[in-house]
Amino acid sequence: MNDALHNIRIWDDLARRQNAVNNLHPLVKLLTTIFYLIVVVSFGRYEISSLLPLIFYPVVIFSLAELPLGEVLKRIAWAMPFVIGIGIFNPVFDHQTVELLGFTISRGWLTFISILIKCVLTVAAGILLVATTGMERLGAALRMIRVPRVFVLQLLLTYRYISVLGNELARMLRAYSLRAPGQKGIKREAWGSLTGSLLLRSFDRAQRVYAAMCLRGFAGEYNSGAMAKIGAGDLGFLAGWSTFFIMARLYDWPLWLGSLLTGVF
Amino acid sequence: MSHHKVEVSNLHFSYPDGHQAIRGMSFTIFHGESVGVIGANGAGKSTLLMLLMGILFPDSGEILVGDTRLTKKTLPMIRQRLGMVFQDPDDQLFMTTVGDDVAFGPRNYQLDEAEVESRVIEALTQVGIPHLKDRAPFKLSGGEKRAAAIATVLSMRPDILIMDEPTSFLDPQSRRRVMGLLKSFEHTKIITSHDLDMVLETCRRVIVIKDGLVAADGPAGEILKNQPLLDGCGLEMPLSLQSCPNCGASKYEVE
Amino acid sequence: MHMADALISPAVGGAMLAVTAGMAAYSAKKISGDMDEKKIPLMGVMGAFVFAAQMINFTIPATGSSGHLGGGMLLAILLGPYAGFLTMASILLIQALFFGDGGLLAYGCNVFNLGFYTCFIAYPLIYKWFTHRGLTSKNIFWGATISALIALQLGAFSVVLETLASGRTELPFASFVLLMQPIHLAIGLVEGLVTAAVVAFVWKARPEVLEKAAAGEAMGNISIKKVLTGLVVAVVIVGGALSWFASSSPDGLEWSMERIAGTAELEAPAGIHQALSDLQSKTAFMPDYGFKASEEEIVEAAAAEEAAGTWPAVDAGTSVAGLVGGALTLIMAALIGYVISLSKKKGSRAAA
Repeated sequence: MNDALHNIRIWDDLARRQNAVNNLHPLVKLLTTIFYLIVVVSFGRYEISSLLPLIFYPVVIFSLAELPLGEVLKRIAWAMPFVIGIGIFNPVFDHQTVELLGFTISRGWLTFISILIKCVLTVAAGILLVATTGMERLGAALRMIRVPRVFVLQLLLTYRYISVLGNELARMLRAYSLRAPGQKGIKREAWGSLTGSLLLRSFDRAQRVYAAMCLRGFAGEYNSGAMAKIGAGDLGFLAGWSTFFIMARLYDWPLWLGSLLTGVF
Repeated sequence: MSHHKVEVSNLHFSYPDGHQAIRGMSFTIFHGESVGVIGANGAGKSTLLMLLMGILFPDSGEILVGDTRLTKKTLPMIRQRLGMVFQDPDDQLFMTTVGDDVAFGPRNYQLDEAEVESRVIEALTQVGIPHLKDRAPFKLSGGEKRAAAIATVLSMRPDILIMDEPTSFLDPQSRRRVMGLLKSFEHTKIITSHDLDMVLETCRRVIVIKDGLVAADGPAGEILKNQPLLDGCGLEMPLSLQSCPNCGASKYEVE
Repeated sequence: MHMADALISPAVGGAMLAVTAGMAAYSAKKISGDMDEKKIPLMGVMGAFVFAAQMINFTIPATGSSGHLGGGMLLAILLGPYAGFLTMASILLIQALFFGDGGLLAYGCNVFNLGFYTCFIAYPLIYKWFTHRGLTSKNIFWGATISALIALQLGAFSVVLETLASGRTELPFASFVLLMQPIHLAIGLVEGLVTAAVVAFVWKARPEVLEKAAAGEAMGNISIKKVLTGLVVAVVIVGGALSWFASSSPDGLEWSMERIAGTAELEAPAGIHQALSDLQSKTAFMPDYGFKASEEEIVEAAAAEEAAGTWPAVDAGTSVAGLVGGALTLIMAALIGYVISLSKKKGSRAAA
């Protein structure tokens, strides 16, 4: 519980710092990230070596933005279980073998590794986007690509109230556990009343928030402030990385590099 | 200067479940006055505030702000002149940064971005937190949240400030700071609270509410000294007016 | 059961994103059209509520284990389908961004799996059917439980289809289904019972909340026509995904056919198989991702893969080169990262 709130705060804090990556235009970062993800997942199951150069993007952004390595790795590890759970069946079902350095391994393991690499790359790219942009600037970027106002405002409100309701729930759970020693979770009799009480409190809060919004002239329109213009540096960032992604997709650099070296030796 | 006046006459309101919350209230608040509205839980304070802000509409009776009657039609105009600070700042700070929150009102009134920016800085400076502009609301302390909530209202340049329990949930020093802020505002002020010492310090006039009716209306010093009246309304004398428990001497003389 | 980016192909991710974007745009229009701006803060706070509620551990009686709430069905019941769908979409976006739960490309899949079935299928067709004659504890209980259960089954089935259509795993269709559906039967039962308990509590404590939700707005009069349109869209998508899957993996379907034929003594596998291979040849324009081919096709398939260049490391020489080059690439990436952070540190020290 507190862990989840802590996570949101961490990325929020990181995104508020001033540095080269954080100061880039949010829309540019969003587009670069999406393009990166498309390129990563477009690789076939057996392409591993050609997938590797794409790791340059997260590594460079990560270093430029000076993010904490531990937190990023934790986030990636968190996302792994489902992917591993599905991917682990590849070695089970694909027994065709290939020879590699004199060892014989099944193709299933190779495809499994390919999935794992993709998981690391995609999750890292998503985390880097939030940790260098922050929710409110992402919201502004979404507005720029014409995502409806209703959705963006609602998204920002949800983000804002997670910590408020999270703390409210934490207090309720504490009160519950103090009177239910030794219980691990919430028992059946209290499912509805505990969750329902939180729900009704949230409901009342929503009404007060609505009143607060109306009192300050809200009439269904969400007016975000002026957005910074996209500068030459931003465009350069987008163009540079896009070129890199395309090159990485078209040519298998590691294979080429490897052939060069193994040819020499 | 009559346009900063708030006039309530013969106000009635009952909730859909039949509960009669306001049963015929009348009073007038003049320009520049600071008025404390006090009463026990359930006396009708919150309902009164909601009626004043046009969140609820009365069954009968009327509310005049300046010379304008509060109706659905005049609501946008009137809300621009009344600024309400909620009891729980988390209800009022609904945007992701303090700056965006303070800008929310001005932006809704379609001011240009330069004007919005200058109002945000002005309001935050007025409450002493210009450095918190880019902070997320969940990173603020209780006192900072309260100040930010007040700034969200000040940026709309209201004539009249309405505050619901401005000192609740605050530590003594933050409470002091908020009280200092309240005293520094020259707006017409309407403050509801159970913190009667704060009311005594910040308000000249007090209206006591009991069971949806005005039970008393007069100078703060007189009413807050009137023990039988306060007892009858579920309140008690401010500590600063109570006699010393040891020697019986009154510490604070009020005329 | 959040789909991850690593398991999908750009085509599947993109198609699902387009479909859900369309639904979200329609829902947003519906809400702004009704001038129901009061709903926006309610949606925002309810989204945060579901987020918080997902953290609650619900002890499952007599098992010692615990379950969690997903919340899609609850949102549909409390907010109506359009607002519920948008709220679920924003929850999933925050999860994708901040928690790595599902990725940005798989976002469309996740919104579809967890938002579409709850709000546009289970809610109008199942929950409404149970409660259309009026709200009673019994109606609420059965309506909420069964609709949550079915919505989750549909969602889990979608995960299977989306994964297989993407061709990133080797899991045969049938075993994947046998893996996913029973697990989600258990998860769905908890989801349904918790949803029912919460709705029942709200109904007892503050009936007007539910009555308001059920009356004043668009979801009360969801038209059959729209539901049908939605269903047709869903069928087209599911059908497309299935045929796609069939085209790239005849083996998986065969496997499940054998199982069915073996256990239920079905005597017409040949006919079905014929139909399927016809379908396959008709849809053969789709890329064959090279699912493990059946015995006699192995050589052929391997040759095709080689030709298509999807498997470069067939001879030992290239595979060694790939390994060496890959290792070098990683080392270079690490070096670059190290150099940048080093210069950053120097820079900040110089500044200080």
